[in-house]
Amino acid sequence: MSAADHEWPLWEIFIRGQHGLNHRHVGSLHAADAEAAIRNARDVYTRRNEGVSIWAVRADDIVASSPGKKGPLYEPANSKVYRHPTFFDIPDDVGAM
Amino acid sequence: MYAQMVKSTGTGVKSLDEMDPRERAFQERIDAGEKIEPKDWMPEEYRKTLIRQIGQHAHSEIVGQLPEGNWITRAPTLERKAILLAKVQDEAGHGLYLYCAAETLGVSRDEMTRMLLDGRMKYSSIFNYPTLTWADMGAVGWLVDGAAIMNQVPLQRTSYGPYSRAMIRICKEESFHQRQGFDIMMKMANGTAAQKKMAQDALNRFWYPALMMFGPSDKDSVHSAQSMAWKIKMNTNDELRQKFVDQTVPQAEYLGLTVPDDKLAWNEERGHYDFSEPDWDEFYDVLKGNGPCNRERLAARQKAWDDNQWVRDGLLAHAQKREAMKVAAE
Ligand SMILES: [Fe+2]
Ligand SMILES: [Fe+2]
Repeated sequence: MSAADHEWPLWEIFIRGQHGLNHRHVGSLHAADAEAAIRNARDVYTRRNEGVSIWAVRADDIVASSPGKKGPLYEPANSKVYRHPTFFDIPDDVGAM
Repeated sequence: MYAQMVKSTGTGVKSLDEMDPRERAFQERIDAGEKIEPKDWMPEEYRKTLIRQIGQHAHSEIVGQLPEGNWITRAPTLERKAILLAKVQDEAGHGLYLYCAAETLGVSRDEMTRMLLDGRMKYSSIFNYPTLTWADMGAVGWLVDGAAIMNQVPLQRTSYGPYSRAMIRICKEESFHQRQGFDIMMKMANGTAAQKKMAQDALNRFWYPALMMFGPSDKDSVHSAQSMAWKIKMNTNDELRQKFVDQTVPQAEYLGLTVPDDKLAWNEERGHYDFSEPDWDEFYDVLKGNGPCNRERLAARQKAWDDNQWVRDGLLAHAQKREAMKVAAE
């Protein structure tokens, strides 16, 4: 067993701030299990009332897009400029829209 | 600083023309102010230098708890005790943010701890000085955290995303540290003659070690150029040291304390204070392990690592057993 096998698993921590916002990634930490991950996250990431809700997700369980494929992955959106409201010229006379 | 004398590649900084296409694209991203993220391609030396620098910074936060932890049980009032406890707890948090940032570069937490314990990795020289009186808690917060802030504020703009985000988080918390230290100094400096003497004595002992935190003079600092090109070092050592002196001297005057330097004088022409360099032989000696508290600090880290082994193992075994039971029940 390598030394790393003795380490507690890595968890990514997401916190909802006070104002009805989405959970936001704030960082990571090590903990033996989910319960401890939440407790540690409270101590590490909310010492100054930074949040009202904590999510802890095993880092291994997160699927990420690959940075190298940035171009091809987002290409479909690039060619669809009409998804933005500014694509359409609406006369001023029409009023608020 | 918290990361002093971080070795980077020995060769000089390559020009864009000398770089291979990947290196060049990488440097151009940095020049354009883009952040480098963990899965992006990066030169091996960038990765290694950052592991050393962030690791050293993390170790400094953790070892830095020891000189202040020394006074938690003896703080003069319950309020001072609660404040110091919160301050030291913040430093533990800083260490954790930074270890996590270093881990994204492919080094494990255990490996970093082993490298600290066997001397392959360092921590800041400042934490090898003893904290002898309560006034030292004031001097440490005021001067040591003050010097740390000077270095950490520009590092918020560093090129490596996880490091930059850790620095932003840390900077938000540091101002409390320096202010609580200055508050202790004000109390002591305005107290009885004996208390004022303690405050002066603390300043006398911490002044030069605080100046050493910025690392050797630029002319002797061999690792700066590449690190600055990579934006993992934002200012030169001498720049930051000067800034620290300029900011701190008026604060000492406000306290009615004397900076222990005969040569200290305002230089109208430069618009800066002239001051004496610290004793660099002492600095190198402390880095080599011969400071007043090097052995004690490392022994404390080693003891914590050894004594807590059963807790780390036990909690992991418990979690694995519960996981196995859950799987069996499904
Ligand atoms: Fe800190
Ligand atoms: Fe601090």
